[in-house]
Formats: sequence, C-alpha cells, structure tokens
Amino acid sequence: MKARVTVTLKSGILDPQGKAIEGALKSLGVAGVASVRQGKVFDIEIEGADKLRAEAALKEAAEKLLANTVIENYRIEVL
Amino acid sequence: MKSAVAVFPGINRERDMARTLKLISGTEPAMIWHAETALPAGTDLVVIPGGFSYGDYLRCGAIAARSPIMDAVRAHAARGGLVLGVCNGFQILCESGLLPGVLMRNKALKFICKDVYLRVERSDTPFTRGYNAGQVVRVPVAHGEGNYVADEETVKRLEGEGRVLYRYAGPDGSLDPAWNINGAVNSIAGILSERGNVLGMMPHPENHVDASIGSTDGRGLFAGLADHFKRVA
Repeated sequence: MKARVTVTLKSGILDPQGKAIEGALKSLGVAGVASVRQGKVFDIEIEGADKLRAEAALKEAAEKLLANTVIENYRIEVL
Repeated sequence: MKSAVAVFPGINRERDMARTLKLISGTEPAMIWHAETALPAGTDLVVIPGGFSYGDYLRCGAIAARSPIMDAVRAHAARGGLVLGVCNGFQILCESGLLPGVLMRNKALKFICKDVYLRVERSDTPFTRGYNAGQVVRVPVAHGEGNYVADEETVKRLEGEGRVLYRYAGPDGSLDPAWNINGAVNSIAGILSERGNVLGMMPHPENHVDASIGSTDGRGLFAGLADHFKRVA
C-alpha cells in the first residue's frame, strides 16, 4: 500500500528557507508568487492491505519521528 | 566528577569535549556509543557533544534523539542526574523532549562559525557556578541551526523561572539585537530544564579552556560542574 505523509511548518513559525525560495522565485520573475513555505513529503510503502492499521502506523511514525509537533503539522494519506 | 560523553555517528566534537572534561576534572570521561542501552554506573554528568549526528537528516538531532542511549540519558535525567548538551547536543536534547522548544535555521540562513559573547544570567546553578551573574564570556559558535524558538507560553515560563542561563550579548553585556547572531527568541543561547539538571546551549565552551588557544572563558562552566560534584560528594 502506498502512503504519503506531508509535514508542513505551523503558521506563525518563521521559515527562513521558504523566504529565501520566495525571494529567488520573485527574482526569476515567476508571476504571482505571494509567499512560499517549505515542507517535507515522505512516500512510504506499507505492508499488507489493512487501511486502518496503515493509518495508525503512519500516525505513530509522524508523531514519533517524521514531524516535530512543536513546530510542524502533518497530514497522512493512504493512496 | 564521573562523566560520560554520548557518541553518535556524525558527531565531531566529542574529542574536544572529552579533552576538556579530563583537563578540568582530572578524570577521563567514558565514551558511550549510541547503540548502548546503559550509562556506566555512578555517572554524574552526561554530555551530548556537538557535530552533525546522522548528517542532520530529517531535522538536526532528530534521529540521534531516538537512539537507544537516549533512553538511558532520559532515565539519568529523571533521577536528577546532570546532562549537558552543546550545539548538536542541544538540538538532540530538544528533539528528545528533555528540553522544550526547537533550534531553527539561523535567521540569516548562514552557517556561523566565530567567537561570540555570552552573558551569564545567574550563577546559582551547577552549570554556571564557575561564573558571576552578569559576567560576559567569549566562546565560539559553529552552527547553521541555532535559532531558538518556542511557543510564547514556553518562553514566558523559561524567563519567569530563570531558566535562560546564557544569552548572546555584546562585550559589555548589552542585549542589542545586533549581537543576537542567529535570531534566537530573547537572544537565548542556553536553557535549563524545569528541574534544573539539564542544560542545552549552542556555543562551545569546551573549545575555550586552553590558554594556547587565546581564551579560557569556557573553563568556568566545567570548573563549576567539577566544584558542584566535589560539594555533593
């Protein structure tokens, strides 16, 4: 089973890397870019076909390691 | 003072730390590999040194914080044992939940490697008793992610409980934002745990202990720790 965990910075947390990318996009003349926030995507292959168990495992993975919930939110998708 | 230095793959400041601990306390520290599950019996102080554990993959310190030895470090801290984390060690302590908050990318996005001035906020802790409150010390930093961030409530608690021990300052102790090299909230360079037995700091006091290097301002931290254990014993 393919799954994806997306980790993004919480709003209000300063994202200097996103700011630098935003600046670069603007200097490249990409039209209409208002702001950029950088995040992470984890593509995870889950064994078996039990969707509920997969979601539980992904939640555990996100809480224990993939996201630092002090500053980051995460979203789980079983694809 | 019986100390132990935790060693993770990618750490590179463990020998500087071990040399300093030996120089100041007279006792060779035990070097403990991350896969170990226990600290040597009778360990007084655990040090998590600086470097780039696991290549800073995922987030600085994130993977090291989940390694087997950290359970033993948590148990040591829960018993009231002292823990010192420097640079990557500070990041690891935050990621392991032993200290609140997180170290974000430096505000100016640059890796900073230079001497900085720190104002010592209080002298009545094992980690600062070798200094006077308000004293300014010069020690080096070397980090790309040292911008301390925590939610408003946590920062308020840290300040209210006197848990900010070191701040980036000018040579005269002034807290002008120009001296806040990495953009840390309230110029925070080092914080203490709620119980007062875990210190995390970004600068490297262990690198300024030898007169041949030019500055010995870092000695006070280690001399204070050694003195603390002499009094306890």
